[in-house]
Amino acid sequence: MKKFWIYLFLIVGGLIFAYPFLWMISASFKPEMEISHVGLWSSHYTLESYKAVMHKIPIWRSLFNSLFVSSCVTLSVIFFGSIVGYALSRLRFFGRDLILGVILFTMVIPFQITLIPMYILMVKFGWVDSYAALIVPGMISTFGILLFRQFFLDIPQDLIDAARIDGCNDLMILFRIFWPLSRPVIITVGIISFMGSWNDVLWPLIVIRVRELMTMPQMVTLFAVGGQAEAQLGAELAAATLLAVPIILVYAFFQRYFIESMATTGLKN
Amino acid sequence: MKRKSKNPENRLGHLMSLPYTLYFLLFVGFPLVFSFILIFHKWNVITPMEWVGLRNFIRLSQDKLFFQSILNTLKFLIIHIPLQIVVALLLAVLLNQKIKARGFFRAVYFLPVIVSGVVITLLWRQLYAYDSGLLNTLLTKLGLSRIPWITHPDWAMPSIAIMATWKNVGLYIVLFLVGLQGIPRYLYEAAEIDGARPVQQFFFITLPALNSTIVLVIILSTIGGFSLFIEPFVMTGGGPVNSTLSAMLYIYNQAFYFGHMGYAATLGFFFAVIVLIIVLIQKKLVEQKDT
Repeated sequence: MKKFWIYLFLIVGGLIFAYPFLWMISASFKPEMEISHVGLWSSHYTLESYKAVMHKIPIWRSLFNSLFVSSCVTLSVIFFGSIVGYALSRLRFFGRDLILGVILFTMVIPFQITLIPMYILMVKFGWVDSYAALIVPGMISTFGILLFRQFFLDIPQDLIDAARIDGCNDLMILFRIFWPLSRPVIITVGIISFMGSWNDVLWPLIVIRVRELMTMPQMVTLFAVGGQAEAQLGAELAAATLLAVPIILVYAFFQRYFIESMATTGLKN
Repeated sequence: MKRKSKNPENRLGHLMSLPYTLYFLLFVGFPLVFSFILIFHKWNVITPMEWVGLRNFIRLSQDKLFFQSILNTLKFLIIHIPLQIVVALLLAVLLNQKIKARGFFRAVYFLPVIVSGVVITLLWRQLYAYDSGLLNTLLTKLGLSRIPWITHPDWAMPSIAIMATWKNVGLYIVLFLVGLQGIPRYLYEAAEIDGARPVQQFFFITLPALNSTIVLVIILSTIGGFSLFIEPFVMTGGGPVNSTLSAMLYIYNQAFYFGHMGYAATLGFFFAVIVLIIVLIQKKLVEQKDT
């Protein structure tokens, strides 16, 4: 009996979280007149809303921009994160503890303080309306560095000593021995940076003004807020669906990694 | 096996940490220093900077709208954080029972966490719509009256807080689950022998054991709540009557709508100090409790 109530509660909870998404996807295929219906079914499914979106905004271009920017950021965060993480965990050099202290200190600084100066820096570099403004400031993540460092600290010294005897230098040790061992960290850092970059809207809104370079969340936001959707609910929902579907698809296959990665991020902070 | 010859590792260490050093100087150090300069200037980026001394601060101290935006943000947090903790705890405790398909439920609850805030807000804008929104349609079908979710100043911020809870709670469910799984079983077995009812077990074993997780949830959602921006930007544009104007939205408007860079930097600076103080107080309170 008790089990019954638990399941009932969990299922109702599940519907509360999942149903709005199902409704959104279904509504994006409904004609404008039927969007306010609560149910999912319609006998007049149509692609009109999607046609309207594609007609009004370069949505595929923005999808490409987002994919390109997020991939560059992610690869770079992993690459540089592992290099710096290696130096901070496996090399003894003057100033190492200082760098570590600085990293921990900068994690406390709220981003609100650097936002405006960062924008001005982009203006001075001439990076406004360029991929550089979207990619370069995100190429390093202090969080990525710390995760790699922590993981590398636990790798036994024997492995390194053996590799040195075989004539490996530090870079070879990092890329040939540490990298293959670091799959879990690479996945975690990869998912976190990709999601962070993909979902960010504030920064693109600030540094990108031309439509050709807008990221997808930014494009969809301005489409809905800027009046281009002309209060067509269907078109707004279709744009939102297009923005949601890629990440939901990836999530469907790798949900365990997503959840574990995000949980470690929370716990390590 | 520590090598004594210091020099080669010194050079390599500096070389390998160079990416971070550059990043720090360019994107952390410089902006920090520059924000100190900016707060004493009036500037719209195009014309030359103009020294104004403390006038930005004087203006800030008289800026009622800015203080209202901070109060709005705090209002958001006061609703969002307790709601989040209660819902997350409840679902986490249920998920921690001996049930089937736990992974499935967890994955469903987590779904809104990974989806962009833009999607969530556009979706909820439809759910909250006064005349044709899903929620009001359901309410009228149940014979209740419509709620002006995002059209009435008293309702708008709570509505955004509810939506934000729906979006984020999955993450906190997972964090609580991790915490719950760390509680030793024998505590419950001993309590059961002593005749403690499930409710008592919850309040005297589960809740104290989750103390550090609860604090973590509070700190994480405080930091997240202070950066509240895209939700009001898309949902209400800060209205009605500025009731959902968050501090970040106000700073954004000052900088990029009105072009007041110096003043916006001052607001950002002041706001960041508030955020820092509140988070540090929260951390202090925890450390005191732990000792």
